[in-house]
Amino acid sequence: MPQPVGGFALKKRYSVFAIAREAARHHLGWERAWASPAPKAKYDAIIVGAGGHGLATAYYLGKNHGVRNVAIIEKGWLGGGNTGRNTTIIRSNYLQDPSAAIYEKSRSLYEGLSQDLNYNVMFSPRGVMMLAQTQHEIRGYQRTAYANKLQGVDTEFISPQRVKELCPIMDIDGPRYPVLGALWQPRGGTARHDAVAWGYARACSDMGMDIIQQCEVTAIHQSQGKVTGVSTTKGEISCDKLGVVVAGHSSVLAGMAGFRLPIESLALQALVSEPIKPCMDVVVMANTVHGYMSQSDKGEMVIGGGTDGFNNYTQRGSFHHIEETVRALVETFPMISRLKMLRQWGGIVDMTGDRSPIISKTPVGNIFVNCGWGTGGFKAIPGSGWAMAELMAKGEPGPLAAEFSMDRFRAGKFIDESVAAGVAH
Amino acid sequence: MLTFTCPYCGVHADETELAPGGEAHLKRFGPGSEDEAFEDYLFKRENPKGMHFERWRHAYGCGKWFLAARCTTTLEVFGTYPAQTTEPPQEIKDKISGKRPGWTWRLFS
Repeated sequence: MPQPVGGFALKKRYSVFAIAREAARHHLGWERAWASPAPKAKYDAIIVGAGGHGLATAYYLGKNHGVRNVAIIEKGWLGGGNTGRNTTIIRSNYLQDPSAAIYEKSRSLYEGLSQDLNYNVMFSPRGVMMLAQTQHEIRGYQRTAYANKLQGVDTEFISPQRVKELCPIMDIDGPRYPVLGALWQPRGGTARHDAVAWGYARACSDMGMDIIQQCEVTAIHQSQGKVTGVSTTKGEISCDKLGVVVAGHSSVLAGMAGFRLPIESLALQALVSEPIKPCMDVVVMANTVHGYMSQSDKGEMVIGGGTDGFNNYTQRGSFHHIEETVRALVETFPMISRLKMLRQWGGIVDMTGDRSPIISKTPVGNIFVNCGWGTGGFKAIPGSGWAMAELMAKGEPGPLAAEFSMDRFRAGKFIDESVAAGVAH
Repeated sequence: MLTFTCPYCGVHADETELAPGGEAHLKRFGPGSEDEAFEDYLFKRENPKGMHFERWRHAYGCGKWFLAARCTTTLEVFGTYPAQTTEPPQEIKDKISGKRPGWTWRLFS
């Protein structure tokens, strides 16, 4: 491994020439994508949680704000939480202005992310459609389409015939919930979730940041109302600023710092089928029957549904939710009825009362939280990191994060997407 | 699959027969209360990693609300009790103490 020079490891860029060079020498020259150092005694900023949001926060802290004495500490392994457990859908067709702003920022960052990180995140803007299957949904999505026009988000409400053209395997005349139209975002799509985490990790490591895995935070220390450091399973680490970006475990970390969050942790499941020939080149979300599906590059049908209704930290969900999701999708996509499912998994999502995230200062000075992304965090990774980095660097939220303060629940200034966008994220 | 015994009708019901109702023993605040108290009541939750007390409704059975003690890391159910109570019965607390010494949840322990 190359040694850091002036705080920056000299990583070789990935390129077609690198592939040719390595092919000529039996691929013996590939380096580890990121370093795994022991923690230092002190950092300017510590990010707890090396998932997509935590790594993106660190990356933009370095890139946009020049803060590079940063550690990202992770209880498990990098990208092993919800970043590695979602259905990789990227869209920004939200109703409320603050949501549309941050999700559209995020979607637009995804467009250039592979070039920016020099890591192929396989962003595939294949288009996302959200089916309208009731009169209520038609009105709701038409309203969203108008709102998106005003927000500069490229969406349109399309007819059932257009839905059928875009996704021929769909039965649009289902007996119970026929397809009455759809909200279509042609620039939405999917990306490779692991690559997003790995790409950010590699870029952070290149900037001289320390990614410390298998290091659990056990206590948060403060003095005179400000954070001073954390105790971890790898020792004490001091810091000037602390970013808590831990999704389902946000309440646990907040408890260590002595405050409560308006968050509940629930299990959300997804599943994939055996790989089949390409049959569907768009992402389809059906919020009335509650299921969403896309086809991965490997040919697997990637399926997600709704959360369980009870608090859970087990990363396992209830079987009947799988059954409900699949039952709903079989009616809309009759051809998947005999498809075998390969595997199923669960992640712990952090749900807020208005189903919008929290990017906020906290009652403790210099502790910042980024949580509450609930069932829809993957699409937001670059925008969330961008906004959180600005908040941590300046100590005050920028325009993207301003509305997502945790004080909004006290003030009644909700960003109510649970009603606006349907329950699925 | 989660199973609970309904304390009213005695049926041993699995979760498809039940509707989850969120955290138990909330103190309700309404008009005239402080903003902070109202926010706590509406949104702030214990969300513990470990012992939890929560509301369930026997939706496809007797239809009544009951309360349950459950661990959110193992999904083990320590018992159910009627909703018309302000704290868990001693018997359930003892059962929890047997397996989770030193547990606390809000003011209970």
